[in-house]
Amino acid sequence: MVQQTLAGSRIRERRVMAGLRQAELAHQVGISGSYLNLIEHNRRRIGGKLLNDIAQALNVEPSLLSEGAEAALLAALREAAAETEAATPELERGDEFAGRFPGWAGLIADQHKRLRSLEHTAATLTDRLTHDPHLATSVHEMLTMVTAIRSTAGILADTKEIEPEWRNRFHRNLNEDSQRLAEGAEQLVAYLDDAGDASAGMTLPLEEVEAMLAVHKFRFDNLVNATPDELSAFVAAQAQLTSDAARDMAMTVVRQLRADARLLSLDMLERQLTDGGVEPARIASDYGVPLSTVLRRLAAVSDDMLPMPLGLVMCDAAGTLMLRKPVEGFAIPRFSGACPKWPLFQALSRPMQALRQTVTMTGREAKRFDCYAVSEPIGTIQVNVAPLYHSYMLIVPLEEAGDAEAAVGSSCRVCPLAQCEGRREPSLLADVG
Amino acid sequence: MGKNVLVIEDEPNIIEAISFILSRDGWSVATHSNGHDAVGVVQAAMPDLVILDVMLPGKTGYDILRELRSEDATQGLPVLMLTAKGQVKDREMAERAGASRFMTKPFSNAEVLDAVRELVAG
Repeated sequence: MVQQTLAGSRIRERRVMAGLRQAELAHQVGISGSYLNLIEHNRRRIGGKLLNDIAQALNVEPSLLSEGAEAALLAALREAAAETEAATPELERGDEFAGRFPGWAGLIADQHKRLRSLEHTAATLTDRLTHDPHLATSVHEMLTMVTAIRSTAGILADTKEIEPEWRNRFHRNLNEDSQRLAEGAEQLVAYLDDAGDASAGMTLPLEEVEAMLAVHKFRFDNLVNATPDELSAFVAAQAQLTSDAARDMAMTVVRQLRADARLLSLDMLERQLTDGGVEPARIASDYGVPLSTVLRRLAAVSDDMLPMPLGLVMCDAAGTLMLRKPVEGFAIPRFSGACPKWPLFQALSRPMQALRQTVTMTGREAKRFDCYAVSEPIGTIQVNVAPLYHSYMLIVPLEEAGDAEAAVGSSCRVCPLAQCEGRREPSLLADVG
Repeated sequence: MGKNVLVIEDEPNIIEAISFILSRDGWSVATHSNGHDAVGVVQAAMPDLVILDVMLPGKTGYDILRELRSEDATQGLPVLMLTAKGQVKDREMAERAGASRFMTKPFSNAEVLDAVRELVAG
């Protein structure tokens, strides 16, 4: 937990500067006004997601609240210096530079932030353009229309004598195809306009399901006692789900997460988390529940019950990602294949064996994570029939630096790791050779 | 010329345009629009040339072509493959599947006519 002696005072200061009442800010971040009052008077510790949420609501960097303006600027300058390859700034004189030239220091910090944002956009767009099945289908549709239009127009232009019936037919075809082409182009433009925001542009059912899950923070404890009809009505009422396919997928996921809530109540988890922190295998053993249930449940409750949110990713036996609960610093590709070094995929080759591996996500931030993974069979067990497996991986962010662990990426296309035996395509972000 | 061409393509207006230009050039044109039973249709018709789209409902043009090349009767049948993807790897995939020629969309009517004439003459 970050040092936060005066964090509450800074939050109050920034809130007043933003012209927000205490109740307004509290409502925005989902806490009571009285709790926020305690925080602002430094009587309650704050960190993790709540600090981030308050910072976002106040439109400032979290470090500005936890450490103050100068510390935030220095941290940004150090980060920019660490990630540059073109220059060798004098790190030991960073505070002197920030003190003497705060404007220039602020400019460097802002440009570094913008650079990271642009890199993220480029990576998202690349992921989408290269591997998005919807995009590939749309482009193919448009090329087919263009082909039909070109051939038909060529006939009308080059055929000297053409029967009126054929001429009319081809004119009609041109009209139809040009309308389809125009509609397809409009949809494609609208689709690509959303591509820069990784949280927008939901057209695939899975994306809609993940958006719905994010709204509910992956928790459906309130549905533990719901009847099947009530459950169906709940899913049908979710605005994020616009297609039958999305609703069907959502129903499957919601049923699973609700079943997890029945097996592992909040009280049961609270006792475990108070005692020993995040130890999924111990929780599974103590309560006699599948490890996959524990991994899903921990991810679901982490936003509210743990200092930091935990991530979760699930794949089927083909390695296709089926469910994603993102966590900051661990990039999970949306469309392309993920990094084969993830413990998630190793678990597929060792069914029912609990895995734990500390990994470092490659890239500019190089954050460390503890990953817990297990694959378990699905469906009914049949004699002499090889079962199918689903694999789950819980992603736990680590704060402390440590020895070099296994380096993993998001996907090959945007991974800078050179000389990786698992690489299946060149990277855009590094000259990997 | 009186020779037979079978066009396997699921876009109706492309079928109509190709059929028109080939008919005007003297070819007898038959068409089919899904991949599921395309192999059987080719084997029944035994045309002089097949124009085959890659993206078909039911089965891809690559799979259809591999099946045709695995049968004695259709092993040497000239096949002009049509695709929206024009990269080297797509051309190589078409060649490996057994395409006699590979044409990327959008193509001109003259290109199709020239290809058909050359493939049948050859």
